[in-house]
Amino acid sequence: MEHLAQLVVLTLAAGTPLVYAALGELVTEKSGVLNLGVEGMMLVGAVTSFIVAATTKSPWLGVAAGTCAGAALSLVFGVLTLSLMANQVASGLALSLFGIGLSAFAGLGYVSVVIEPIRPLAIAGLSTLPVVGKLLFAHNPLVYLSIVLFAAIHWFLYRTRAGLIVRAVGESPESAHAIGYSVARIRYLAVMFGGACAGLGGAYLAVAYTPLWVEGMTAGRGWIALALVVFATWKPWRVLAGAYLFGGVTLAQFQAQGLGVDIPSQYLSMLPYIATIVVLAIISRDAATIRLNAPASLGTPYHPES
Amino acid sequence: MGKNPWTAFHAFFVKPVATLYGIGELFLKATPLMLIAVGLAAGYRANVWNIGAEGQLTMGAIFGGGVALFFQESTSPLVLPLMLVAGVAGGMLWAAIPAYLRTRFNANEILTSLMLVYVATLTLSLLVHGAWRDPEGFNFPQSKQFGDAALSPILMPGTRLNIALLLALAAVAIAWLFMRKSLTGYQMRVAGLAPAAANYAGISARRTVWLGMLIGGGCAGVAGVSEVAGPIGQLLPSVSPGYGFAAIIVAFVGRLHPVGIVFASLLMSLLYLGGESAQINLALPSAVTGLFQGTLLFFLLAADVFINYRLRFARPIARAVPA
Repeated sequence: MEHLAQLVVLTLAAGTPLVYAALGELVTEKSGVLNLGVEGMMLVGAVTSFIVAATTKSPWLGVAAGTCAGAALSLVFGVLTLSLMANQVASGLALSLFGIGLSAFAGLGYVSVVIEPIRPLAIAGLSTLPVVGKLLFAHNPLVYLSIVLFAAIHWFLYRTRAGLIVRAVGESPESAHAIGYSVARIRYLAVMFGGACAGLGGAYLAVAYTPLWVEGMTAGRGWIALALVVFATWKPWRVLAGAYLFGGVTLAQFQAQGLGVDIPSQYLSMLPYIATIVVLAIISRDAATIRLNAPASLGTPYHPES
Repeated sequence: MGKNPWTAFHAFFVKPVATLYGIGELFLKATPLMLIAVGLAAGYRANVWNIGAEGQLTMGAIFGGGVALFFQESTSPLVLPLMLVAGVAGGMLWAAIPAYLRTRFNANEILTSLMLVYVATLTLSLLVHGAWRDPEGFNFPQSKQFGDAALSPILMPGTRLNIALLLALAAVAIAWLFMRKSLTGYQMRVAGLAPAAANYAGISARRTVWLGMLIGGGCAGVAGVSEVAGPIGQLLPSVSPGYGFAAIIVAFVGRLHPVGIVFASLLMSLLYLGGESAQINLALPSAVTGLFQGTLLFFLLAADVFINYRLRFARPIARAVPA
């Protein structure tokens, strides 16, 4: 029982970066913008948070800086695609390649630096309860924050007027424009929110989960987050479930090593990627579901006739 | 970064190509970029977004390298052509997976092709750490050196430039003929520009996806063989410094046009060389290269606005005075 609880705790911790990045991308895509730069934004968020945490000795300041860095980078994408009407697929790929290069460059002096990480928060009195204590009351503060973020996004998208407007912009920018909303402004905000979340996900990896900086440390999590949004058919609670599922798969390699299973580590490292491909194929198979659930204007630029 | 910009510029763009050897290196590094970008551009024109060329290159290198290791002792001139065929098959096989998933299961090829990059890299790592490890290699994760018959002949004495460059130039010419002059090439361009019209005209979307992916995969496979049979000469845990990703930028900078791609690949190759040279001469980190590549693509995309749209400085419209 204790062991099982431990496994759940580890799975939540491993899934959290995906929760942040995929929820952010979900909001961006709901407004009709496809940003393929998640991997780049996560890495830049990770490296920024790590550098700030190392220089100021404050991991929380690092998290704030990483979040801002993600948003700032997404702004570049916003200018390209929303103001300059560039192709979203090409711009997103450019953002990823740029972010990978930028983070590798910025992080050079920090590769073997040790920082004071954000530690799991044991809630006094409750965390020592048998089983339940560990399961519910001893997570990293950023894990709790990700669940709060999930609830907030769900509430925002489906229970508020502003959320309805974001969804309307994604479904039919023409109509939203016709009734007087600025499509570009709403999309800018959605893109920056997605960037901030990706940055936060990267920051969690660098200052809480790992906690260290390695070049390319996200190891494709940004791309998996993009796939998660599709698996989840653009529904927040399914994003959450999918993220923890993938968190569990990434854990498999450490668990197998711990249990002394003798297979080359490369097979286990392949698992998350193969799982992504298989699940993506299964979910996408039903073209009608995807078409019904995807925001109708996803990936197409909108330029109001003046 | 506290360096004199002129010295930096000199170290980055002039010094690497100041010698014959340097010029050879310039074309050597441009070869895989050119090959991959030409293949990818054919797909991109048809709206098939293959971004997993790095994985297809790795698979090409594994297949081609496998042939080279199998015929280690052979001196037959057929070894190299056989490696090429195997490399093309490997690259195409790896590209066929996203193509199949896209046509059969409607799965997004951007994500599947990218995920397969990680799988291919790990497969290569598995082989060089395991089955194909050189028993006399002091336990380093590397294969045996290929036999002489498995190495590409050198084109220009005094450099490392080999015949793969000719192959790349031939690919450019064929790509140009195919996209411009053949019916299939025309159909692919239509499918990219106006999918609805293509559908109405009876152009099979399925066939377009398959062709777009396989051309890209085959070209990346050739690039993989050209690397292991050329400058590397054996299988290592990593056979490419990100050529598969850089080639995406090359394809766009070359405006998806074969001739543009030739020049773009030379530019990108210069960026690689410049990065190495800056590292040696100015002690600047080689990560600068990645930064430059991304910035280049950003500026290109931004510059597109001025090509696609005409700037118009609008005057406020005078309100009609009601009569």
